Amino acid sequence: MGITLFDKIWSAHVVRDLPDGTSLLYIDRHLVHEVTSPQAFEGLRLAGRRIRRPELTFATMDHNVPTTPDRLDIADPVSRAQMEALKANCDEFGIPLYGLGDERQGIVHVIGPELGLTLPGLTIVCGDSHTSTHGAFGALAFGIGTSEVEHVLVTQTLVQRKPGSFRVEFTGRPGPHIFSKDMVLRMIGLIGTAGGTGYVLEYGGEAVRALSMEARMSICNMSIEAGARAGMIAPDETTFDYVAREKRPFAPGEEDFERALSHWRSLPSDDDALYDRTLTIDTAALAPQVTWGTNPGMVIDVDQVIPEPDDLPGYSREDVTKALDYMGLSPGTRLTDVDVDVVFIGSCTNSRIEDLRQAAAVLDGRRKAEHVELLVVPGSEQVRRQAEAEGLDRIFKDAGAQWRFAGCSMCLGMNPDQLRPQQRCASTSNRNFEGRQGKGGRTHLVSPEMAAAAAVAGRFVDIRTWLES
Amino acid sequence: MTPFTKHRGIVATLSRANVDTDAIIPKQFLKSIKRTGYGPNAFFDWRYTADGQPDPKFELNQDRFAGRSILATRNNFGCGSSREHAVWALAQDGYRVIIAPWVERDGKRLPGFADIFRSNTTKNGILAIELPETDVDTIFASVAEHHGLEATVDLTSQQLILHSPEPAVFHFDIETSAKDQLLKGLDGIDLTLAHADAIDRFERDHETWL
Repeated sequence: MGITLFDKIWSAHVVRDLPDGTSLLYIDRHLVHEVTSPQAFEGLRLAGRRIRRPELTFATMDHNVPTTPDRLDIADPVSRAQMEALKANCDEFGIPLYGLGDERQGIVHVIGPELGLTLPGLTIVCGDSHTSTHGAFGALAFGIGTSEVEHVLVTQTLVQRKPGSFRVEFTGRPGPHIFSKDMVLRMIGLIGTAGGTGYVLEYGGEAVRALSMEARMSICNMSIEAGARAGMIAPDETTFDYVAREKRPFAPGEEDFERALSHWRSLPSDDDALYDRTLTIDTAALAPQVTWGTNPGMVIDVDQVIPEPDDLPGYSREDVTKALDYMGLSPGTRLTDVDVDVVFIGSCTNSRIEDLRQAAAVLDGRRKAEHVELLVVPGSEQVRRQAEAEGLDRIFKDAGAQWRFAGCSMCLGMNPDQLRPQQRCASTSNRNFEGRQGKGGRTHLVSPEMAAAAAVAGRFVDIRTWLES
Repeated sequence: MTPFTKHRGIVATLSRANVDTDAIIPKQFLKSIKRTGYGPNAFFDWRYTADGQPDPKFELNQDRFAGRSILATRNNFGCGSSREHAVWALAQDGYRVIIAPWVERDGKRLPGFADIFRSNTTKNGILAIELPETDVDTIFASVAEHHGLEATVDLTSQQLILHSPEPAVFHFDIETSAKDQLLKGLDGIDLTLAHADAIDRFERDHETWL
């Protein structure tokens, strides 16, 4: 019987199988940010322990950082203290830090691939649930808690029970203006926010093979929104081209590249590999997806109406009623009749250069609606410079957008970028939870094109017909 | 870590599915660099009104739940962000046990707890108990009927006893490693350091491309 991509990586990283059925798993890359690490470093110090492999550990600042031009002067003293703590910890323990002001700084899941830290076949962890992003390269990457951050710092391993395998096959080719964001939102709508819990998802099929690395990252990024700690895509020529394309300081150099490549080519799942679960989604019929509720599984096609509280499989009437009440929406409404106040283009899901190009293509020669606040936040400083070199910043500014510096920004509003109560936001981020973007804020998850179009129209539109009209 | 062997306490109920960790501890409290001080901010946005008073509309603010230490809730509790602050907040707000149901959807069993959250509970001395939906419904009904209802959780025998006039006993499953770690209050890092020789050997031939 064949072996899956996941199985191949798992077995290559088992240090020891433990008697209770768990395994001690070796970790190749440990990414660190300012929010979930200070208590782990403090734990180390209190126990008098040291970091086993600081050279496999890399840090950045992303969650807290202001994204305005005056960002280096952090007004919030608590945020500033957290960033200073990371700097001090990295200095003390010898960990490379891409801090605020560094030209490589950015969202941890954007800079990992840029720097060549993210490679096929690796195990990658970070104290952040969207670590699943890195699975787009055919790596096993997952989010961990702060106790586990400390565990990895000290031992370079984690104790894990092997998850099940779940193959999601995206067949056909999506029509124009349908993106990987729509594919993954559709999947979460089908299996629910706990449908992937206990599994590692492997995405495949014609529609996935045709995707760029940026688009693949958007899908793997949202695996956690289906409950799966990790999502992965078999590495192929698209992957190898991405790794080799630019000067990525931590990717294997010329002397190692051929050897690495031959290893990477052995990773894809065998044709006769079996999975614990499978799901097939036809992308040819896929419509733009928009969430209407308070979790990413509450999602519809843009031309559907919001469901009745009794009509939603997997949710109680009470849950749906609460969600609708919070969102200020009623059943039977079309989202194309709903106005937006804020549009956020950014986050570890959709802030890469390709996402910005898509948004810019919609905004080029157009202007945002008067009442809309439009925020465009690149995922990394490298993305920002690239976008500016291509003139995208000019398009955004001419459209009335605020063009910012890199960070997580309004995806979770740990920095000053937040929704006010009852503000409605079309967002390219990953979570529409209550209060996620600011207390009382109402989030609708969409693709970058859909977000840009909503900014111009001042309400949600069906990008497929709106662009022609 | 405080060992968990047996615990008796008042049961509170929160009838919401998919409670995410953003709801358990909102973003603004994640800026702290400490491990303590999160308790009063658990469920902050639901718990307090705009002027900082306890919101009477929030279930867990009911007087009848004063002093509670066991939380019964609905499925997929703790989904979303990996923030361990959510577990610190619950522990520091006095919870020792959280009960959630697994549910069936399209013939598939969906867990009561999200993965990362569940893993974080064990590391902080909180016991996450998963029960069939009908059992959790029974607990909800019993708590609604009997004010101040208590339960005893015995980890050794893996039993939950509801002290209603007609006591009800529920058996629960738990992974051996999680049970062991909770019972003995073991530090996971110490346990792994016992395998330091195996890690040394593994590293000798392992390629990381760095």
